[in-house]
Amino acid sequence: MEPSDASAGVLPKGGTPGIRFDKVVKSYGGNAVLRGLDFTIAPGERVTLIGPSGCGKTTILRLLMTLEKADGGDIWIGDRALTHMDKGGKKAPPSEKHLHEMRKQVGMVFQQFNLFPNMSVLRNLTEAPVHVLGDSKDEAAERARELLEMVGLAGKADAHPSQLSGGQQQRVAIARALAMRPKVLLLDEVTSALDPELVVGVQDLLRDIARQSDLTLLCVTHEMNFAKDISDRVLMFAEGRIVEEGPPEQIFSAPAEQRTRDFLQAVLAT
Amino acid sequence: MIWDWDYTRELLPSLLHGLRYTVQATLLGYVLAVLAGLLWAVLRRSGNVVVDQAVRWVVEFVRSTPLLVQLAFLYYALPATGVRFSALVTGVIGLGLHYSAYTAEVYRAGIADVPRGQWEAATALNLPRRRVWLAVVLPQAVRRVIPPLGNYLIAMFKDSPLLLVITVPEMMHEAQAAGSPTGRFLEPFTVAAVLFVFVSVVSSVLIRRLERRYGTV
Repeated sequence: MEPSDASAGVLPKGGTPGIRFDKVVKSYGGNAVLRGLDFTIAPGERVTLIGPSGCGKTTILRLLMTLEKADGGDIWIGDRALTHMDKGGKKAPPSEKHLHEMRKQVGMVFQQFNLFPNMSVLRNLTEAPVHVLGDSKDEAAERARELLEMVGLAGKADAHPSQLSGGQQQRVAIARALAMRPKVLLLDEVTSALDPELVVGVQDLLRDIARQSDLTLLCVTHEMNFAKDISDRVLMFAEGRIVEEGPPEQIFSAPAEQRTRDFLQAVLAT
Repeated sequence: MIWDWDYTRELLPSLLHGLRYTVQATLLGYVLAVLAGLLWAVLRRSGNVVVDQAVRWVVEFVRSTPLLVQLAFLYYALPATGVRFSALVTGVIGLGLHYSAYTAEVYRAGIADVPRGQWEAATALNLPRRRVWLAVVLPQAVRRVIPPLGNYLIAMFKDSPLLLVITVPEMMHEAQAAGSPTGRFLEPFTVAAVLFVFVSVVSSVLIRRLERRYGTV
């Protein structure tokens, strides 16, 4: 489905920050998922993370969204660290206020949509703009309607999430994330929970959003065609490390590493 | 004939008067139980270990002591410290606090049932903590707990005769008072029991109706 012309107005433009992971360490109950991970993403760059499950891809997104705390190292969004504050030249642990400020730049779309079932579609989109950004109710509702139109659900503003298909719910979730005007958008296996026939529609929508905005995009997916289309660069992960990286054409057609070849073969075989 | 209908007719006004107190104490106590229980449950998720543990032990303590003992303590012992309430207010506080220990557990389970993804989406949208509770978590949790909360209303109603020991003129108290001078307890206690059954059954029907309306998410 093509987004309407209105999308140019509702999508964020300009001032997108880059992201930097600096020796980031994260483990779950003694099981190290990230062991000193370093990588940089340029402002406005679209990067897809691929690799076997359990290799830490989703953890990277969750760290950026502050759903997890790093055990060590620094994470930067733009020129400010997510993992610490500067207090008189010294590193201090981030306060809730600091995290709140940092989170304003980041939006996330989840595998399971996570829409609020007790609210209408419209209120799912207006709740945070009204209570976090301080938008007026009318302003927020108007923008929400524009976003719903962009995702092809103009008629569903008053519906409840349970009345929508998985694909429609995920479109609402995408619109909800965009309603907060993020500069960085995190997509965590956003089509994995969808019925096969609904996958393409959501992917097309995201492709259009990627094309028409200059969001910094970080995407975890098992859909290699989607990864090929949407990203400037692909990072291949295994065991918490980047095994190989490069433009999608190179990674998918001429991977240099055996690890990558094995992974792609396994994924494409299914 | 064993059963005396004239005596029954004579009794009825004072028993109905008592029933008014019974219902009043139960409903007010229930409001307190529902609100205080919610407060305990939310405090237990405050993220502050001291608050969490303090509330946990208070709730555990309240649940582990008999209501009768709590009522007697509130009414006969507490005044020694200068805190004194009327019998009815003491009854409401006693019933309400006692049952708040149970409703707290119901809420806790209801809150725990709200999927983690809801909290995460709320964080991702940067919602302030107050909004997360008021707009996202509690509306979903409360729907889940309406049936068990309703059952506690009936349980509480059936515990209300305990207020007899702190001289609240509720129905049991009136029945006993009516029978004492003559020694005839058959009619007053039977009528009281019938009235209890009547109110319980009507409440159950109303609660089942509420359940059907709100009980599914």
